[in-house]
Amino acid sequence: MKVVSLSGAMVLLERFPALAGVDFEVESGEVVLVRGANGAGKTTLLHLCAGLLRLTQGHGDVLGCDLATERAAVRRRVGLLGHDTALYGELTAVENLRLWARASRVGAADVAGVLESLELPAGRRDIPIAKLSAGQRRRVGLATIVLRRPELWLLDEPHAGLDSSGRRIVDGIITAAAGAGAAVVLASHERRLSDDLAHRSVTLAGGCFAADAPDVADPAATADPADPAAPTDVAGEPKL
Amino acid sequence: MTSESADAEVAEPRITGYLGGPARISTRFTFWLGVSTLIGFAAVAALGLLAAPADDVQGDAVRIIFVHVPSALGAYAAFAVTAAGSLMWLWRRSLWWDTAAHAAAEVGVLLCGLTLVTGMLWGRPTWGTYWEWGDVRLVTTLILFLVMVGYLSVRALGGDSASVATRAAVVGLIGAVNIPIVNRSVTWWANRTLHQESSLTDGKLEDLTLFTLVLAFVVCAMAILWMMIHRFRVGWLERQISDRDLSEALRARRAEVRQ
Amino acid sequence: MTFWRDLKFFVGDAALVASKDLRIEWRARSAFGQSWPFAALVLVLFGFAFDANRPTLELATPGLLAMTMLFVAVVTVQRSVAVESADGARRMLLLSGMAPAAAFAGKSAAVAVQLLIVLVLLIPGVAVLYGASVESVPLVAATGVAAALGLATAGSLLGAVVAGVRTQQAVLSVLLLPVSAPVLVAASRAFGDGFGTVAVNGWSWVGLLLAFAAVNAALGASVYGALLEET
Repeated sequence: MKVVSLSGAMVLLERFPALAGVDFEVESGEVVLVRGANGAGKTTLLHLCAGLLRLTQGHGDVLGCDLATERAAVRRRVGLLGHDTALYGELTAVENLRLWARASRVGAADVAGVLESLELPAGRRDIPIAKLSAGQRRRVGLATIVLRRPELWLLDEPHAGLDSSGRRIVDGIITAAAGAGAAVVLASHERRLSDDLAHRSVTLAGGCFAADAPDVADPAATADPADPAAPTDVAGEPKL
Repeated sequence: MTSESADAEVAEPRITGYLGGPARISTRFTFWLGVSTLIGFAAVAALGLLAAPADDVQGDAVRIIFVHVPSALGAYAAFAVTAAGSLMWLWRRSLWWDTAAHAAAEVGVLLCGLTLVTGMLWGRPTWGTYWEWGDVRLVTTLILFLVMVGYLSVRALGGDSASVATRAAVVGLIGAVNIPIVNRSVTWWANRTLHQESSLTDGKLEDLTLFTLVLAFVVCAMAILWMMIHRFRVGWLERQISDRDLSEALRARRAEVRQ
Repeated sequence: MTFWRDLKFFVGDAALVASKDLRIEWRARSAFGQSWPFAALVLVLFGFAFDANRPTLELATPGLLAMTMLFVAVVTVQRSVAVESADGARRMLLLSGMAPAAAFAGKSAAVAVQLLIVLVLLIPGVAVLYGASVESVPLVAATGVAAALGLATAGSLLGAVVAGVRTQQAVLSVLLLPVSAPVLVAASRAFGDGFGTVAVNGWSWVGLLLAFAAVNAALGASVYGALLEET
């Protein structure tokens, strides 16, 4: 089943074409890595798929909902981990998760269990998350998505700020989600961390998918033409 | 989508007026409208200042109604357009109405300011005071003026044009829905309005005064129309230009990949 | 059936947002640092401005209370907006899928509660400093609630209008103060009756305050979603 289907999608952020016409498809159960330099449009792509941004041109369907008319319905069914945590700093991890679970109507939320699986130390669960370290906040942010069990996971640099045990947990969660049939889109410029995880990868540059353009962010990658993860299969993307 | 077709698609942005008309602020119609308005102003000035008789009670001060009353009604009409345009933007995302709402707000603030100033100038010799807190229409008009100044300051915030339009539209509607309440509150509060009832209906006006006032209404309506059309066209062309900038930005954005 | 279920969700979500905001304000202790000292300062400074003349101050009490509530509303709404702007937290409201009208109701309710707390603290203040005394407790209480609801709904709506704007503070004042003119007029009259300083029918002014709150609540409920999405 197609979870994401974008064609010619263009998004303007204050008149800046952050996405300048992309075609993008993701099937359920698939883990897609979106690579690209800073400012290539990765975050915009994720926010578009989350139903947070308006399409200026082109067409998009996410989870069977038209992005032009049914963005509110999309938002209820995705999980988005952004650069910022989208949590309230004065509330504790447990309070944030309970709030989130009730707001998104997750019945019988196992808040303690989810925090346990993300290995947030028990002593850190009941203090305002503004006092947690960046990596711990990130784990709480991830916990909101685990709690919701969305059909589409949109993770912006999920490994950023995490230690090796955190990365291992994230990888486990992503693999489990894809195994359960969810689609996962990862945005990252740290390709080494995500390559093993992804079924395929695509590269954004200048708000477009570059089929085989070199990864601008990672010069080492250009020296590695035989990267198995690099070939992209995005339909209709021209060689620029 | 191939890059060639994508480039071609945005290669020749054509700037046009509304409905694809010529990209000009002035057309033959608005030129003659402007000329007739100027002639009308001259006629109103001549009739109002020289020909129309002074009032038995108010003396020469009465002549200010030729400016005050038409501009007041014009301001209310303009704000009604702003409210309607705000509603149409929020409801239908109509760019036409959004541009019209902005144009009407600017014209309306100008006329509303004129109304307040002429009202105060008239109040001094007639009521003996520039400002009377107890007067319902005066205070309501002042509040309306302040809200619409707020509308224009929201318009000036900058940023994404759709988000500015939405912010401003909400302010336009807040102004519209609260005006009846402002009016009611001042009525109860003061309960001692000084404002004369409509001068037109009490039948006391001289024929020439009445004629001049009607002419002033017509000329004022023409002036509003002229200003609104021009402001609307400027707004519409600004949009077109930002669209052209957009296609250049798009080309630059797509070119980033080749670097 | 659907209606009752929707209503249950609406009330539940609104209560969730309101309790969240109040809990955050409690944790941040922002009231101690901002709105309470501010309100106390207004009381004291008015005393200086009116030349330490107790009869004048007593007469000015109703208007002063209304004015202070209005100023405190500006500060409180700013906090309420800041809570959602920090760290992308507003995305939670959008992604949760709750009705925007419920979020608006919740945020307004939290502001109204904070305004009422300030009012409760102010009344002993005017009694001590200005020698004012409450003649009709129900009327003063009803006026306080109605005025707080009106300021909270209009304030939350305009707060959403300026959310994410750099010059937020100034623009919010420019927008909220004129729109709230009827609250100022009506609340000073109604408080005047409640404190026995003016001979008017305070209850009809309470009705006007409620009408103001209702109009702005209805408008806010219908356009809050557009503001959340677009700004």
